Amino acid sequence: MKAIILILCSCFCLSAIAQCTTIHVGKLQAVSTITDGVMKAGNNDTIIVEQGTYHEKNLVIAKPVVLLGINHPVLDGEHKYEPVSIKADGVVFDGFKVCNSAISSIVDYGGIKIYNRRYVTISNNILEDCFFGIYSQNCLGCIIKGNKLIARQAQEQQSGNGIHCWKCDSMQIIANTITGHRDGIYFEFVTNSIIWRNISTKNMRYGLHFMFSNSDTYAANVFENNGAGVAVMFSHHVKMFHNYFKENWGDAAYGILLKEISDSYIDGNKFEKNTSGIFIEGASRIEMYNNSFKDNGWGLKIQASCMDIVLKNNNFIGNTFDVGTNGSLVLNTFTHNYWDKYEGYDLNRNKTGDVPYRPVSMFSMVVEKNPPAMILFRSLITVLMDKSEKVIPSLTPENLRDDHPLMKPLQL
Amino acid sequence: MIKIVKYILLDILRNKIVLAYTLFLLAISFTVFSLEDSVQKGLLSLLNLILFIVPLVSIIFSTIYIYNSSEFIELLLSQPIKRRSIWLSLFIGLASALSISFLIGAGIPVMLYCTSATGLMMVLMGVLISIIFVSIAMLATVKTRDKAKGIGIAIMLWLYFSLVFDGLVLFLLFQFADYPLEKPMIAITALNPLDLGRIMILLKMDVSALMGYTGAIFKDFFGTQKGFVVSIFIMLLWICLPLFYSLRKFNRKDL
Repeated sequence: MKAIILILCSCFCLSAIAQCTTIHVGKLQAVSTITDGVMKAGNNDTIIVEQGTYHEKNLVIAKPVVLLGINHPVLDGEHKYEPVSIKADGVVFDGFKVCNSAISSIVDYGGIKIYNRRYVTISNNILEDCFFGIYSQNCLGCIIKGNKLIARQAQEQQSGNGIHCWKCDSMQIIANTITGHRDGIYFEFVTNSIIWRNISTKNMRYGLHFMFSNSDTYAANVFENNGAGVAVMFSHHVKMFHNYFKENWGDAAYGILLKEISDSYIDGNKFEKNTSGIFIEGASRIEMYNNSFKDNGWGLKIQASCMDIVLKNNNFIGNTFDVGTNGSLVLNTFTHNYWDKYEGYDLNRNKTGDVPYRPVSMFSMVVEKNPPAMILFRSLITVLMDKSEKVIPSLTPENLRDDHPLMKPLQL
Repeated sequence: MIKIVKYILLDILRNKIVLAYTLFLLAISFTVFSLEDSVQKGLLSLLNLILFIVPLVSIIFSTIYIYNSSEFIELLLSQPIKRRSIWLSLFIGLASALSISFLIGAGIPVMLYCTSATGLMMVLMGVLISIIFVSIAMLATVKTRDKAKGIGIAIMLWLYFSLVFDGLVLFLLFQFADYPLEKPMIAITALNPLDLGRIMILLKMDVSALMGYTGAIFKDFFGTQKGFVVSIFIMLLWICLPLFYSLRKFNRKDL
């Protein structure tokens, strides 16, 4: 009896598998366009698309199907259409090259756009010269993984964001490479999501732009040489771990710009050669541990409007100014950091200096008030001013100090 | 003229002060590079050396040397030699002696520890500043006959270029803080060779901080090929103009 049930069950299973068919699309196949392929396919079918260029105008995927491209078949939007619109749950779109989407200032055309759907996977695609790259609106649990996005527009208005998420939840943005868009990755009203191992370089505005997006994590990303660095604003419970912020140059460019952020963690990040490593304004309850600030103009610019920010075990090496501020009110804690400009001593051999270190130099206050004074930097008179200020602080905030500066840099 | 230059150079080497200066520079540069844990900090200390000690030694040594060789100059003038070539050989002798000692004293350690663009720029600026202050010293000496007064003027000039001028600039910056001063500032730096040299070095050293708003203006000017050429040209003017005026004065001077 058992054996009969087993056989019956396996028959059912086999027939269920057999119901999902595989459709081949290609120049030499029976089905020659992807639109046809999608039309012929049933739910959960697989469509394998062979190499070649496909002019599908606007390819709408309104069924839960798996689309696999072999050797990156090209979907050309001819600068008139949105190449791919996904309007079904659970679609997998993998291995295509999508290029030349329409550009508009009224409609947000994406290279690949997901409309109000769940559990869609967009992976291993190449997107070239699209207005927006991968656009997801009102989505849940989508995976955007291993895509390569390149745009070459000259003007900010002519270019959209690389990976744009609006009003989404539980998104996974993993291992994408984004170059030349307006913002590399853009998050607005996105919650409980992760941005992991992406490389965002040479974008016109921000490498990552983050607004009203709570409880998100971004880890192990590289943001290099973007027009204005990375901006994280009006969010709470954001976790930033082990990212690399490099060479974001300009007066309004920051490694990270933090504005109105609370209850967040910044841990293990590296800031190198930025005009300002971190700029913090109106933020509260942020813990910054184990970060490395190296060769920046300003390691950290912390405005007097911040409170309860804890900086512990960070390295400040080779920065022109370690910390800049704009007022005398200090409600933040600096402790156990390594500052290469520290000139104190350690008599009791507990590896922390015996005299406190004041990271804000007199001259950085002068430059904050009067930017052209930068021209006198490192001249004899400013060196003398800094030295006298160290003995008797008058202009620099008295409480902004590290009482336990480390004598040796941390291995980060 | 070559004969006179040779004689002056030998005389300068024989008096051992330049030798001591070379050794002093060598000692300081090596200590600075081996004491500090990073090359960058070593370069920073070296920058202070260039802005502080190099002009001081150049201007004081040249002034005293010229006053001390006044008898030698008078002797030469009794020979059928042009005044022009005497004065120029004095300049060439002093300038080459001081630049060579700077090249040995600071150039060699920089080459050994840090052959970056910053290091090379530092050596170049150090040499130019040495020569400029020799030229300024020659103008100071030709103006007065009194040795004490001449040396006083030289010290005052050094103080002016390294401290007072920057103080005045800072004062102006705060007095006229409401006006856009970025572009006039570029012109004002041309009035002080030390500032010009410092900014050229800063553009290599603190490029991240200089990319800020006003910094970007300086970078746009000084950081470009054109700005570099203009700056070097202005520094060469700082060598030629005082030398030219002192030469004119010397030609007409009643010794």
